[in-house]
Amino acid sequence: MTAPSQSFRTPMSRARGLGSAKHGVGHFIADRVSGLALIPLSIWAAFAGLKVAAGGYDMAIEWLSSPLNAVLLGLFMVAGFIHLRLAIQVVVEDYVEGFVSKSALLILNYFVCVLGAALGVFAILKVALLGAF
Amino acid sequence: MVQLALPKNSRVGKGRHYPAPAGAKRVKTFRIYRYDPEGSENPRWDTYDVDVDACGPMLLDVLILIKNTVDPTLTFRRSCREGVCGSCAMNIGGRNTLACTHGWEDTPGKEIQVSPLPSQPVVKDLVPDLTLFYAQYASIEPWLHTETPEPQKEWPQTPEDRSKLDGLYECILCACCSTSCPSYWWNGEKYLGPATLLHAYRWLIDSRDEATGDRLDQLEDPFKLYRCHTIMNCAQVCPKGLNPAKAIAEIKKLMVERVA
Repeated sequence: MTAPSQSFRTPMSRARGLGSAKHGVGHFIADRVSGLALIPLSIWAAFAGLKVAAGGYDMAIEWLSSPLNAVLLGLFMVAGFIHLRLAIQVVVEDYVEGFVSKSALLILNYFVCVLGAALGVFAILKVALLGAF
Repeated sequence: MVQLALPKNSRVGKGRHYPAPAGAKRVKTFRIYRYDPEGSENPRWDTYDVDVDACGPMLLDVLILIKNTVDPTLTFRRSCREGVCGSCAMNIGGRNTLACTHGWEDTPGKEIQVSPLPSQPVVKDLVPDLTLFYAQYASIEPWLHTETPEPQKEWPQTPEDRSKLDGLYECILCACCSTSCPSYWWNGEKYLGPATLLHAYRWLIDSRDEATGDRLDQLEDPFKLYRCHTIMNCAQVCPKGLNPAKAIAEIKKLMVERVA
């Protein structure tokens, strides 16, 4: 914390800072809703993972060719990465100081999560639509 | 990044030891944080062996006894000595509370450690600099906002609406909650903290206030409000038994309510 004696800024000026960003409720709702969606999706994904792991390669291809399985797995990917992005953003905002490093990490977080979701969905579609190679 | 180690000039060294007076029957050791930012020395822990039969049961009684009979340089704030002014808030045995309402016997351990409220600049010894905390409180404009011409007598309120302020108006702004909150430690300049947000909610749900929307506008911010991660230290330490975390959750609900 900066010592008050280092500057003539009044405490009220520091308290008001740059004012309200007038957003935040969107993040809050998206965080809760994606979390809610992930409760059933995660339980389903855990059971599906056990089932597929026990069944071998061919069974896994067949399992993913089912529209319901492919769509649910795709939704799990998307909801998971949305939730991850929102959560990592909060961690960065909490602990990283400095505009440049904070912005850089937030952008990196965004890119990595979008990349992860896109790769996941593409891989699912590839196997589901084109089968094994 | 967050600073995990204390800066060199803030490391707390070993201080002086003050033995108990001869003939003391019941002796308890108190380890007290001492610091004078105007001097050149680092902070230090002074230990006082206190004859606890010579004073009352509260920690404030012990501090007053030390100041009066052992070490007049020990500095702390106190005023009402009955838990309504909030002046003597400090960290006792690792927990923020009021020295005047906290019986020292309730703190376990051989030694009882007493330090100023965490994360605030120290004015001297146990006195923290709370100017930013007070400014944050003032920044939410904690008074009634109305545009309707004032009634002849008073702004009426039903008993039900009045009861919504219970559990909120009792806050004495001692800062125990805000300074126990890790989110406030990391982002104290931008996060308003539990005490200020509890008061913000007190004005949001006041049926007589006409600026609810403006107040919500001012609070909707990733830092001012949404740094609260329901850690709940605030509710655990509040010496008045209030629940700032619940008030903050209610503000978050109001935020959703106006977009849903």
